[in-house]
Amino acid sequence: MNEQDIRAGVIAVLKTIAPEIEDSGIDANSPVRAQIDLDSMDWLNVVVALRERFKVDIPEADYARLATLNTIVAYLAAKLET
Amino acid sequence: MAVQELPRRLRKSAADLRVAPNLTDYESARAGFTWANATAELSGLPGGGMNIAYEAVDRHARSALADHVAFRFLASEGQSRAVSFGELARLTNRFANVLRRLGVVKGDRVFVLAGRIPELYVAVLGSFKNGSVVSPLFSAFGPEPIVTRVKLGRGKVLVTTDQLYRRKVEKVRSSLSTLEHVLVAGEAGGQVEIPGCLDLRRLMAEASEEFAIERTAAEDTALLHFTSGTTGTPKAAVHVHGAAVTHYVTGKSALDLHPEDVFWCTADPGWVTGTSYGIIAPLLLGVTSVVDECDFDAERWYRILQDERVTVWYTAPTAIRMLMKSGDELARKYRFPRLRFIASVGEPLNPEAVRWGMAVLGLPIHDNWWQTETGGIMIANTPAMDIKPGSMGKPLPGIDACIVQRREGTGIERIDEPDVEGELALKAGWPSMFRGYLDQEERYRGCFAGDYYLTGDLAKRDADGYFWFVGRVDDVIKSAGHLIGPFEVESALMEHPAVAEAGVIGKPDATVGELVKAFVSLKTGSSPTEALRAELLAHARKRLGAAVAPKEIEFRANLPRTRSGKIMRRLLKARELGLPEGDTTMLEEI
Repeated sequence: MNEQDIRAGVIAVLKTIAPEIEDSGIDANSPVRAQIDLDSMDWLNVVVALRERFKVDIPEADYARLATLNTIVAYLAAKLET
Repeated sequence: MAVQELPRRLRKSAADLRVAPNLTDYESARAGFTWANATAELSGLPGGGMNIAYEAVDRHARSALADHVAFRFLASEGQSRAVSFGELARLTNRFANVLRRLGVVKGDRVFVLAGRIPELYVAVLGSFKNGSVVSPLFSAFGPEPIVTRVKLGRGKVLVTTDQLYRRKVEKVRSSLSTLEHVLVAGEAGGQVEIPGCLDLRRLMAEASEEFAIERTAAEDTALLHFTSGTTGTPKAAVHVHGAAVTHYVTGKSALDLHPEDVFWCTADPGWVTGTSYGIIAPLLLGVTSVVDECDFDAERWYRILQDERVTVWYTAPTAIRMLMKSGDELARKYRFPRLRFIASVGEPLNPEAVRWGMAVLGLPIHDNWWQTETGGIMIANTPAMDIKPGSMGKPLPGIDACIVQRREGTGIERIDEPDVEGELALKAGWPSMFRGYLDQEERYRGCFAGDYYLTGDLAKRDADGYFWFVGRVDDVIKSAGHLIGPFEVESALMEHPAVAEAGVIGKPDATVGELVKAFVSLKTGSSPTEALRAELLAHARKRLGAAVAPKEIEFRANLPRTRSGKIMRRLLKARELGLPEGDTTMLEEI
């Protein structure tokens, strides 16, 4: 899976929880939760959906690394490589 | 220890208490308590009157506490900013001067819509000084809940941030006809220029640090807290400056705050807990509060408890359950030697969470109970008291609680027999009791029978005097400790052209208590597709915001209604849960 596929997958996951978002409306370098209206439950659902979609383990201690679209993609890319 | 081994009663010994509790002998404290004596512990305004901000800030700023830290604000990137009582007095004076310069006077409504940033706290307290009435809005509300509340409260001023304004207010600004001033703080710092808005930081910089507090009386309105009912629009519960007496007393009795404490109330000031206990109560007691600007994150929270040396922690069952989910290993990376008392509010705390607190944090968690209308904690498990896991505890000194049954035509009947389910009622007259629902006198009077305020919560009292929450009398949804009115959600869904009718219920959820679930029937010509479900979800989220919008939407060919046309939410819920459907004689169609 290349970076572009991962990015598309992450956006698809975000859209299942917050379908109101538009691809172009996300600034990949600023925190996702500052741009998209996600409460704590939504955010946990996003993480669960990422786990399921990408078949990776995302321990709670890593949540801080999931701040922006770019860091999420980089995090998943690194996980998928190993 | 397995769940079933958890004792029904956690007894405490002197060794469990690192600090002598403020409330030790429950019975004698109750017997000797009067609200008049409690009021005398506050200062009152010099020359007479009562103002929350004077009690909370200025009287400390003029004392040895002037340099004591009032708030330690933690920003996302690890920076923190400490604000002393002296500095808080000067900042809130500046804000009061900003209002005065704009012609905002006593009684005018100031709405605040922001995350947990310093400006929000300054605006709330500065508004009190000006005699203006504060109404907090939750920053996760979407445009519709904001519009509804600002209109009902006839807001004159809105204090918010540039990002929240752009995302939630700009498009609906023209419908907010009472709003004269919007004060905006730039989230990135620095100055902001938005048409129709004023830069809060510039106004603050220009304002004087001297301000003579408006002479408010104990019965003058200080706050409007919006809450949701089953039907109709949200209601604004009116609270007065004199409520500070309850905040002061309960900060001592239920939260056991001592002068040297570091207190962390995790509630957002967009809701009543975050105002009464996230702002007012610790300040009244001269106690340092930690305020975290970020949203929930398990590791961050453990780090804050450890690094900020939090001693008293007031949080909510949803947060505790999310911490439990994140695993004990994470918690064990941190140490909490300073932490000595944990309390929780918002919904009943399950016994398993009490056990988890003991195993992982080394302390049990003390549940307490109150609601928007009561303004402050009414019933609590206090430090010196045995905890009965799953119970909300016993009524605090000054509070007379009982179980009643409503009787048609004849008011209420008090039930003194233990373990009988009924409605929780409180003898009216404590200082933080709401004084009305704004412009809805009849709805307010409907909450009282004789001398008692009827809470709308079903509960029972055991033989030892502990109260146990059972459920709600009405259909109001309790999600993550917040009340959500099904009507508000249904109305937003009905605005979508494909929707014929909508029924919204609280679906039990292990983490948030209840999640908002919507049942929707469609108009002829619309099909129940996944694409439409996503569209409805987007529609609802854009209008209501994540905190109120449904988490689940299910299509139904039609919804059960009464003969008078009301959607039977009770029946939708019973079916969702596979429970007996109860009395369906009023049902029209299935």
